[in-house]
Amino acid sequence: MPNPLLEVKGLRTQFGAGIAAVHAVSDVSFTVDEGSVLGVVGESRSGKSVTALSIMRLIEVPGRITAGEVVLHNNGHTADLLTLPPAKMEQIRGNQISMIFQDPMTSLNPVLTIGYQIMEPLRIHRGMSSSEAQRYATDLLDRVGIPEARRRLKDFPHQFSGGMRQRVMIAIAVACKPKLLIADEPTTALDVTIQAQILDLLGEIKDELGTSIIIITHDLGVIAQLADRVAVMYGGMIAETGPVAEIFAQPQHPYTQALVASIPRLHAWPERLATIEGAPPQAVGGIVGCPFEPRCAYRIGRCAQERPPLLDITPGHASACWVAQAGGLPHV
Amino acid sequence: MSETLLETFDLVKNFPLRRGLFGQHRLNLLAVDRVSLQLDQSETLGLVGESGSGKSTLALTIMRLYEPSSGQVRFAGQQIVGLDESKMLPVRRQMQMIFQDPFAALDPRLTVGQSISEPLDIHGIGAPAERAAAAQQLLERVGLSRNVIGRYPNEFSGGQQQRIGIARALALRPRLMICDEPVSALDVSVQAQILNLLRDLQDEFKLAYLFISHNIAITAFMSHRIGVMYLGRLVEIAPSRQIVTTPRHPYTQALVAAVPEPDPALQKSERPVRGDIPSPIDRPSGCSFRTRCPLAQAICAEQEPELRLVASNQYAACHFA
Repeated sequence: MPNPLLEVKGLRTQFGAGIAAVHAVSDVSFTVDEGSVLGVVGESRSGKSVTALSIMRLIEVPGRITAGEVVLHNNGHTADLLTLPPAKMEQIRGNQISMIFQDPMTSLNPVLTIGYQIMEPLRIHRGMSSSEAQRYATDLLDRVGIPEARRRLKDFPHQFSGGMRQRVMIAIAVACKPKLLIADEPTTALDVTIQAQILDLLGEIKDELGTSIIIITHDLGVIAQLADRVAVMYGGMIAETGPVAEIFAQPQHPYTQALVASIPRLHAWPERLATIEGAPPQAVGGIVGCPFEPRCAYRIGRCAQERPPLLDITPGHASACWVAQAGGLPHV
Repeated sequence: MSETLLETFDLVKNFPLRRGLFGQHRLNLLAVDRVSLQLDQSETLGLVGESGSGKSTLALTIMRLYEPSSGQVRFAGQQIVGLDESKMLPVRRQMQMIFQDPFAALDPRLTVGQSISEPLDIHGIGAPAERAAAAQQLLERVGLSRNVIGRYPNEFSGGQQQRIGIARALALRPRLMICDEPVSALDVSVQAQILNLLRDLQDEFKLAYLFISHNIAITAFMSHRIGVMYLGRLVEIAPSRQIVTTPRHPYTQALVAAVPEPDPALQKSERPVRGDIPSPIDRPSGCSFRTRCPLAQAICAEQEPELRLVASNQYAACHFA
């Protein structure tokens, strides 16, 4: 049985207050095991990025985390990140948990060299001297596949291509050998051949450093390539979670079923694609029942009134759907 | 097979650049390099390629929204390069375009009805009442209620905005529709609706599509044939199934292998390409793909491969295809 590294329990994050509040994340729970990849898949406004930022405690006003725990297990110590004093949290960020984003250009400082930006956390968190940090930074850039690493330490972000910048971001993120790397749409801005290279690199980092990864994406293809377990988010909730093979082969939520059926595949040639009518909710506030209910082909009376809890359908594979829990969801 | 609607011959679009403090360095960005292709009536030709491959520039050059640097474009039997604006206007009516960001493509100050009937106003087609009726019909045809005619674009979701963009493009009953990444900005659960709609409209309106996308799986679903572009060159063109099952150009092979398939049971394919796409202002000599190509030999640096027949209906520009 693998050991849990991070447990998110009952997380709620909202923006604004009162009746105008947007409940971006409502009652989200999941576990990331040591050395494993959790794929979080969802569309815009599904709450997937806000979940990541909540784990890092990077939610800014008017947003706030209103409930839940984020428990990090580290060599026998456990801590709820949501209750840590800010100074302690500062030590966790970039050191035990680090994060990379969709657009590396906005995450890198344009007026500092790449070398400076890689070496800074090494000096702060690891107390390295300049020469040690430089040697280590060269190794890191080399490791993430940047040619002529030593020379390129002196270059600025604009001198790198998009794919190379994402490699630099990954080098910075893994510099302190974090336990957990959160990657929010890390390949969305990249071309497909470059995306493949970055996904391979993330897989190698998991295998070699034992780093757990949360990869957040809208692309089920990326999930299928990299994830061990999957959490499917919709309307601020987890609709379904389970092992990657089961999510694709036996999805247990109508949204996942429809989503998996609706994507064009390279080697399947349907006359028409399966569709999901309607559009995802624009803002998530005041939804009492299941957020997918208005678009769901299997909805029953209680779906609009009562929110379904996330319950196991088979061991380790849970669905937040009344119909699935009653055994009434047809297999596709 | 039906008749040819669009043909290009050695079409080139080249952007002269000046670099340096006083613009003393003259450079050429060859965005589209000698592209010859043809598209039949009611056919979809997909164009795939990564950023900088020239697929969007090719589309804009075909429509003469960019003036071609050289080469020819023949539309419905008529040579259109060099036509003056008054002669070009009736041609433009028959070519319409839909874009990646439907909100940016619609005027936020116009109602939906005004946006859809604006092309009819410009071309002076029908009386005002007829135009309004046409707009309502089009709205229904793209799956929206005719009652939304007085509403503004920001009141709609992305998928609905794209439907409005499609209705506007259809208003003039074009024969060619250029779709430039029409679903890339939409949520995954909405993409399939729009793709199905485009396929239905093709049958109904006998439309030819030039379908541009970076996503090969989507392009293969939509297209009869696919052309693959790399640094301004058409490097392979073949029927869709053939190009994804038996790609012959090493770049197409790499592109197909790089697609993350939404199926964890599939074996991950080997990644044959390393490195980045070179800059279009500094293209390698010979074959422009040779710097990333696993098959590259000395000849690839010396001689640029021409597009040649390598299998039934399949053309590839590679010495070793």
